[in-house]
Amino acid sequence: MSTTSVTSASGTTGPPATAVPLEADLTVVARRHPWRWVGVGVVLVLLAMFVHGLATNPGWDWPTFFQFFATRTVFSALWVTVQLTVYGTVLGFVLGAVLASMRLSGSPFLQVVAWGYIWAFRSIPLIVQLLFWFNIAYLYQELSLGIPFGPEFVHFSTNNLFGPLGAAVLGLALHQAAYAAEIIRGGIISVDAGQTEAAAALGIPKRRQFFRIVLPQAMRSILPNGANEVISLFKGTSIVSVMAIPELFYQVQVIYGRNSRVVPLLMVATVWYIVLTTLLSIVQYYVERRFARGTTR
Amino acid sequence: MIDVKGVHKSFGDLEVLKGIDLEVEAGAVTVILGPSGSGKSTLLRSINHLEKVDRGLIRIDGELIGYRRRGDKLHELRERDILRQRSQVGFVFQNFNLFGHLTALENVVEAPVSAQRRKRSEVEPFARELLERVGVGEKADAYPRQLSGGQQQRVAIARALALKPKVLLFDEPTSALDPELVGEVLDVIKELARDGSTMVVVTHEIGFAREIADTVVFIDDGRIVESGPPKEVLDNPVHERTRAFISKVL
Ligand SMILES: Nc1ncnc2c1ncn2[C@@H]1O[C@H](COP(=O)(O)OP(=O)(O)OP(=O)(O)O)[C@@H](O)[C@H]1O
Ligand SMILES: [Mg+2]
Repeated sequence: MSTTSVTSASGTTGPPATAVPLEADLTVVARRHPWRWVGVGVVLVLLAMFVHGLATNPGWDWPTFFQFFATRTVFSALWVTVQLTVYGTVLGFVLGAVLASMRLSGSPFLQVVAWGYIWAFRSIPLIVQLLFWFNIAYLYQELSLGIPFGPEFVHFSTNNLFGPLGAAVLGLALHQAAYAAEIIRGGIISVDAGQTEAAAALGIPKRRQFFRIVLPQAMRSILPNGANEVISLFKGTSIVSVMAIPELFYQVQVIYGRNSRVVPLLMVATVWYIVLTTLLSIVQYYVERRFARGTTR
Repeated sequence: MIDVKGVHKSFGDLEVLKGIDLEVEAGAVTVILGPSGSGKSTLLRSINHLEKVDRGLIRIDGELIGYRRRGDKLHELRERDILRQRSQVGFVFQNFNLFGHLTALENVVEAPVSAQRRKRSEVEPFARELLERVGVGEKADAYPRQLSGGQQQRVAIARALALKPKVLLFDEPTSALDPELVGEVLDVIKELARDGSTMVVVTHEIGFAREIADTVVFIDDGRIVESGPPKEVLDNPVHERTRAFISKVL
């Protein structure tokens, strides 16, 4: 550790050597980023103004917000929203999985049918599709199950089969399935073909090749995209308000229709959407972590 | 042990195997050499019915692979029977193809459990033994991504051995490896050869071929050009093409 001696000993006059260290001991000074700090300052000011506004602008009308935020009406509306999301997701992803397997099957016919479905349901705006389902009874009064042009086994009146809620779930699920199918298919084809080949070479049965080898690895890419879809479906349920179904967004509209306090009631819906989306994101984090086995060093 | 008779295989218009006859005796090591695209992988994969042949027969231990003969027609077997046949053949791939979401140990245990329906707890000690044998015993709980190429390939060999196959097939087991890792994998294969396993190895490592092969087979353009003991084929090749190839590789 005697790095200083050389210079100071040979010095003739001048300041007695503010020790010149060896090159290996030089300290590192990081580059400075003045503009970053300017950026941080500007954003902080804007944030402060926004929060100040939230707190002091009487237009936000926080008392009304708190009056309705945790009421029974809002909760039951929230429950409808959650149900729509859950049923829509489950049905959507089940149908999506079927469509994905059709597209990945060896049969050109099944491939084309699945492709056609996805094409159609990605082309039709969700709201238009929902209104069709809402008016299905106008097109078909009765549905029956049986051999085409032959005997019928059961038949339903369409109005009994789909209550408005059923129609909404059906619409959301059919829409969701088209996207879910592509996400699932994308996940499956992202797994290297060598994995199935190795499994086949080991004599592992077909089903197990898929569920034990391919699917767990496909989940890595299915999950983030799938979670995105669930969250967007959750918020998308607000569209169902056009069918007068008492979900969250419809219910706050009803309330502000009566008391004209639009902004605080929109905030009620907003905050609930944020809370539940946050919960979903947390769930997503843990589920993804579970499927991340073997991917990091 | 392995009996290949008049095998033809085309991909579309491209005829890759143009009538291959090959016999491998039990306990013998056969090394297949040949230029890129000559059909070596295709031949090896046909032996495991990973490729369906267009014409010809492949038998292992007298059992027809992939087909059942009825009169003068060959009917393809059911998936289940094909999978059973495959579990008698160990295959080691050029790029390992370890299951990325499973640890080394789970990779080895998987096939005995799901193809032979044995109990996991029963198979595990044997799997650890195999990992020990190929020199990666201490890596049993590591995931493939945490292993070097050489270690991955050794785990892949252990995985192929887990079904106690009658035959081992290696498709260029060292060509995806850094030069300094080639030796450790070749050593494992040599060890297996010494233990009397029946093996077919596709490789470009001439020195290795000379050391372990009972028979060297040279393939070019979908045909076997020359075959025989390494001394003949490698040191005194009869055919011009074999000579040209060997002088290029050496
Ligand atoms: N699935 C396939 N579809 C179409 N062509 C293929 C397929 N597999 C192999 N081929 C072609 O068959 C020929 C032989 O391929 P093969 O992999 O058997 O060669 P190889 O001798 O193993 O070569 P290499 O030393 O490069 O591995 C090549 O021309 C290749 O392009
Ligand atoms: Mg090859």
